[in-house]
Amino acid sequence: MNFENTIGLETHVQLKTRTKMFCGCLLKTGCEPNTNVCPVCLGYPGALPMINKEAVKLTVMSGLMLGCEINRHATFDRKNYFYPDMAKDYQISENGNPLCIGGGVTIETPNGPKTIRINHIHLEEDAAKINHYATTSGVDFNRGGTPLMEIVSEPDMASADEAIAYLTALKEMLVYAGVSDCNLEEGNMRSDVNISIRPVGETKLGTKVEIKNMNSFRGIHAALEYEARRQRECMAHSIPIVQETRRWDGEALETASMRSKENAHDYRYFPEPDLVPVALSEEQIEAWRALLPEQPKARRARMIEEYGIAEYDADVLSQHKANADYFEAAAKGLDKKIAKQLCNLFMSDVMALLNESGKAIGECAMRPEALRSLVTLAAKGTINGPTLKELLPEIFEKGGDPEAIVKERGLGAVSDASALEAFVDQAIAANPGPVADFKAGKKAAAGFFVGQVMKLSKGKADPKIVGPLVAKKLAAL
Amino acid sequence: MNELCKLGIKEARAGLAKGDFTSVELMQAVIDRYHEENARIGAYLTFDEEGALAEAKANPGGVPLAIKDLINVKGQPCTCGSKILKGYTSAYDATVIKGIRAHGFVPAGRVNMDEFAMGSSTENSALGRTVNPYDVTRVPGGSSGGSAAAVGGNLCIAALGTDTGGSIRQPASFCNCVGLKPSYGRVSRFGVTAFASSLDQVGPITKSVEDAALLLQALAGHDEMDGTTPREPVPDYSAAIEGATLKGVKIGLPKEYYIDGLDPEVKRITDEAIKKCAAAGAELVEVSLPHTDYAMAVYYVVAPAEASANLARFDGVRYGHRSERSDNVFNLYARSRAEGFGPEVKRRIIMGTYVLSSGYYDAYYGRASKVRTLIRRDFETVFGKVDALLTPVVPTPAFKMGEVQDPITMYLNDLFTIPGSLAGNCSISVPAGFTRAADGAPPLPVGVQFICDAFREDSLLGIARAFEQVERGA
Repeated sequence: MNFENTIGLETHVQLKTRTKMFCGCLLKTGCEPNTNVCPVCLGYPGALPMINKEAVKLTVMSGLMLGCEINRHATFDRKNYFYPDMAKDYQISENGNPLCIGGGVTIETPNGPKTIRINHIHLEEDAAKINHYATTSGVDFNRGGTPLMEIVSEPDMASADEAIAYLTALKEMLVYAGVSDCNLEEGNMRSDVNISIRPVGETKLGTKVEIKNMNSFRGIHAALEYEARRQRECMAHSIPIVQETRRWDGEALETASMRSKENAHDYRYFPEPDLVPVALSEEQIEAWRALLPEQPKARRARMIEEYGIAEYDADVLSQHKANADYFEAAAKGLDKKIAKQLCNLFMSDVMALLNESGKAIGECAMRPEALRSLVTLAAKGTINGPTLKELLPEIFEKGGDPEAIVKERGLGAVSDASALEAFVDQAIAANPGPVADFKAGKKAAAGFFVGQVMKLSKGKADPKIVGPLVAKKLAAL
Repeated sequence: MNELCKLGIKEARAGLAKGDFTSVELMQAVIDRYHEENARIGAYLTFDEEGALAEAKANPGGVPLAIKDLINVKGQPCTCGSKILKGYTSAYDATVIKGIRAHGFVPAGRVNMDEFAMGSSTENSALGRTVNPYDVTRVPGGSSGGSAAAVGGNLCIAALGTDTGGSIRQPASFCNCVGLKPSYGRVSRFGVTAFASSLDQVGPITKSVEDAALLLQALAGHDEMDGTTPREPVPDYSAAIEGATLKGVKIGLPKEYYIDGLDPEVKRITDEAIKKCAAAGAELVEVSLPHTDYAMAVYYVVAPAEASANLARFDGVRYGHRSERSDNVFNLYARSRAEGFGPEVKRRIIMGTYVLSSGYYDAYYGRASKVRTLIRRDFETVFGKVDALLTPVVPTPAFKMGEVQDPITMYLNDLFTIPGSLAGNCSISVPAGFTRAADGAPPLPVGVQFICDAFREDSLLGIARAFEQVERGA
């Protein structure tokens, strides 16, 4: 019998807010344990939560990007469970009445585009971090109370590849809008993965298995592949699949049972009495919608159209919003031909400089206007190629106005034909040997003379003009 | 007794303003009285005398206030009457503490209460025994029993209490005090250890209605730290009660509150109160709050449910009692809580956990929430017709220590105070007279309750003030 997979993901995304979900503590990483804490996020007696409006905004913006319906009256609930990572021993979450409902993400599959439906997005607080030592464990509440958005998909994915495509699309969108850094190593994006299998043609879902807290795409892919295989083997051997939570062992590369449905928690949800509903007006939602950035896909298409750049380049550029923003700022007002040259320079030299320096584009001293000016100077022939390559790292490093630098240092290319002719004549006169070689048929000797002219012009001659000029003169000898 | 201890807020302020005495002398008088009388009454659990004197010195207009031991004052204990918080020191100030300091009050000692405000006699305190100053063989009421005993026994000028289902009004009635439960959301709960979040309110326990107005002024208002406090304007309560009269005031007598089984002396005093109101020009009409009968059941679903979550944080991990016998996380929780909580608290946590459990939610919490809406509507309808309601506060006067053993009988103390708490409106207990003791025992104070619509503390205090004047024969 042939089986198909049904995969659904619950993806937790830490929101990029300045402060925590229910208190004013700063969200900073790399601090001493329990330094960004207060009575609220430590669950002290009498402390009360207050809703972080920025977190609501980012969640609603995510919902708008995913085409969700925005709930005008979302409410918070208490999810009760005892664990040291939750200071109050209940988590404030949205259970029945979340901020965003419905929506979807379109992914590319070998069979064409496919929409993965979203069930809902809800907002909650992250747990603290538990550190285990030799004989004891410690709780670090710095992370406790981080705004956490949970995006719950429908079981619409049929393979590990589709799950990864879905997560990649989500990540790209969320990073783009500044909703989250989605840094998986930092735990910014974690997924609970649900998978079941069923005979092809069957409409009822099979018994699902949940693998919790996966924080790498590679791990998710491997776990899903493993589970799909394991469940098929169970079926083949008539071993019933039990509804359970399993854990992915990244070393053994297999899943192992954690707890079955019978041992599932009873979270005893009830409405959070300390918080009133999140009332959102039409105006508020529209104001947030206006803040949404252009989505990467749309941007790629527009950039190809607007700047005449290659699809591959548009793809690479738009992957990082900051790069795309920088490129577009630099390309502003340029005609397609120069914009394309700018793109080439950005893709090769600027990217290389970024890699070497380990800087992000926003951290380099070169303003987008300076890059535009540099490329324009080269395109107009005011400076030659070698000068461009010489100036770029310097401006990248120290900043400055290329036009002013070129003027100040007299770096303008020599393209005046009579001046160049004089250099060519001088070079020919001074080098009878190579002249003889050329005459004897060694055509490559022409290159030597181009070099000599560059030398005589102190590098300012435009090699594109010098080449033909040298050829002409030598041919006339 | 130093006569200064008998003063109320208004008189104390007048004396301080005239220079008859200083805030330090006033605080010292309270401390002396504490040394003299607390061993007998047991109102206070702890008293940071040095701190209180230093603060009184720094605040020359400062009037001492006894603080119920669940309101956080930075650097002071906050036991909630429980072993689980024995030794705990508050890390921050409650918003109401900032409020009283800004309005010329100084926190004095910390007063006893039923553990986590669960009880009606203060007998559920794990940390001390408080008696009724009018008859030391009787209870002061609860859960704000320490607050009421401190005020009623002149161990302080006034006190802060909290009321969830009657915890300010009932002890005020038992100890001859004025006890005001503000409308839900009128006063910030930030820094007030939660029992039932949708019901808890901080309020004044005072020696007069005027004092209640003065103290409410320091407590009321929107708080950025409490999302359940709306931006309702705060009226000048003292101005609002100035010259208040009962003339033409329409007072409703809800028939569901005038039941058989009311203690005859309570009935007599309440009837006399009604007559006095009528004589003073009030118009009295019988009204109906048809869902009153369900209030008790609703309350004992909603309040324990919320409490079961609110009290989860007392787990021995970050603060409070931690069992010595904890060898793993589960035992750390189970044993710390088993050792730390008293029987009534455990009973309510179990009830609350049960009603929220999977499969029971709709039948209990869901249903109770719906009936709560009906109860709220009862009041809304009635307040379309009358200005206030007049009812007994408690079916009985103060009972003997140890007399009530059965939890359900104890719960009935709050029969007349719970419906208003569920509706979220404001109500006040005002002294209305004393019982005629048959066997030479001391007469016991009995109060009556006025109830007004939510955020109408101004008219509630006005009516109560006018009644108080009639009652005092002024």
